[in-house]
Amino acid sequence: MTSPFLTARRLDKTFVLHAQGGQALPVMRGLDLSLSPGKCLVLAGRSGIGKSTLLKMVNGNYRVSGGQLTLHFEDGELELSALPAHAWHLLRRDVIGYVSQFLRVVPRVSAREVVMEPLLARGCDVSEARARAEALLARLNLPERLWELAPGTFSGGEQQRVNIARGFIAEHPLLLLDEPTASLDAANREVVVQLIEEAKARGTAMLGIFHDEEVRERVADRLLELEGHMLLGGTDADRTASDHTSFRQTDSGESLS
Amino acid sequence: MKRPQLERPALLEARAIQRLYGPGKGCEEIDFTLHQGEVLGIVGESGSGKSTLLRVLSGLEAPDRGQVVYHAGEAGSVGGSPGKDEALDLYAISEARRRALLRMEWGLVHQNPRDGLRLGVSAGANVGERLMALGQRHYGELRAAGQDWMGRVELDPARIDDAPQTFSGGMQQRLQIARTLVTQPRLVFMDEPTGGLDVSVQARLLDMLRTLTRELGLSVILVTHDLAVARLLAHRLMVMRRGRVVEAGLTDQILDDPQHPYTQLLVSSVLTP
Repeated sequence: MTSPFLTARRLDKTFVLHAQGGQALPVMRGLDLSLSPGKCLVLAGRSGIGKSTLLKMVNGNYRVSGGQLTLHFEDGELELSALPAHAWHLLRRDVIGYVSQFLRVVPRVSAREVVMEPLLARGCDVSEARARAEALLARLNLPERLWELAPGTFSGGEQQRVNIARGFIAEHPLLLLDEPTASLDAANREVVVQLIEEAKARGTAMLGIFHDEEVRERVADRLLELEGHMLLGGTDADRTASDHTSFRQTDSGESLS
Repeated sequence: MKRPQLERPALLEARAIQRLYGPGKGCEEIDFTLHQGEVLGIVGESGSGKSTLLRVLSGLEAPDRGQVVYHAGEAGSVGGSPGKDEALDLYAISEARRRALLRMEWGLVHQNPRDGLRLGVSAGANVGERLMALGQRHYGELRAAGQDWMGRVELDPARIDDAPQTFSGGMQQRLQIARTLVTQPRLVFMDEPTGGLDVSVQARLLDMLRTLTRELGLSVILVTHDLAVARLLAHRLMVMRRGRVVEAGLTDQILDDPQHPYTQLLVSSVLTP
């Protein structure tokens, strides 16, 4: 068995809402996980249990309240919970890729450029970046007439495919997938499954959320069961939680496929 | 894979800066380091001291206390000795040297393009002026640079002989950016660069600034009250209130998981259409 690339040890997350008298909302307690290169670990659990929260912690959007979140490189470890702010954008450029649930649309930037950007940020040649972006958009069946347009007016499924292409193009060693297949039809779900399988073959470590059961069964090497006592309410799923939550990884990591 | 190199050399340091006009007016206790290739956003409401801080950082106004330290001295740098890292205390060096730095290695984009342009002379002359200050005298080359840069900021190069007073506000702002970036500065200061513009023009300018920042590998200190602009352009943010930095960190983290009560209020007060 290969050694893990990402580990979490006793990870905690608590939101403190100052507008509500400093009310503390603990959403995660004592989470452990271990993810190896070439594997896809799928987060399981009810909606609102905090699956996206975990991805956002790994991506640096959310601060770690307690515990360790660690990347393991050949020549040493990198502790993410203590990483200075100026290091994050380089880490995201080179190591951590993120396919969010929704595309953040930038006015006037074409779909093709949105996809090219992660490569350009690394100093990749423009013509190579363009060729790779177009190849991915074509694979994801995005009509060529849309490539030149800003995705602001695209349908949800079209935006999602732009987002997926942007996430996969730079072949980051760690990829975070937040429901990448949510608004896709069967044919495009199949493309995404293939992209995930190819990423595994390259040695990409993936942490993902998939509500589609069929996709989940096909891509998951293991499930990370997020269970515990949850208090649901309000509208923002990420910010609703009980006062006590327990997250635990399934013991032996049974294979699903 | 090997651990990535995540440390970049420091370019500008603020050390315990204070510039107060009265209690809570101005800025105080400002400490940070800007690294090469970083875009740092300074956000806050009117009167939070962010513009005062920008003036102190950019060499326009001496602080009451503290230091602004600029790391000059890469090969080709005119601020220091070539090939040697040299930390320059901005307000301890001579006025002449500070002005030379501003002219040659730094750029300043004002909120109001009229503050950064000479409205009566042609667009081409506006772009060429900073190059001439660096010693370029060849008319054809200056004109070619002017046309090239007008194209890069999406102005019609055929209008090179027109005076900026005949341009719209958005065009003037793009011309100011061309004038600033033509000398390929290492460090650029921007004060609300999209401030007075129509929304459609803003989007165009933002896209342009993102592209230029990436292509030229610029280091930027950007002052804005607009959190959406900050999200698009800045890697890191400092949130100011009443002259002090209340929170600093990765842009996404400040906007998605703000820790300080004031930042939470600021972020939750933004309308999302």
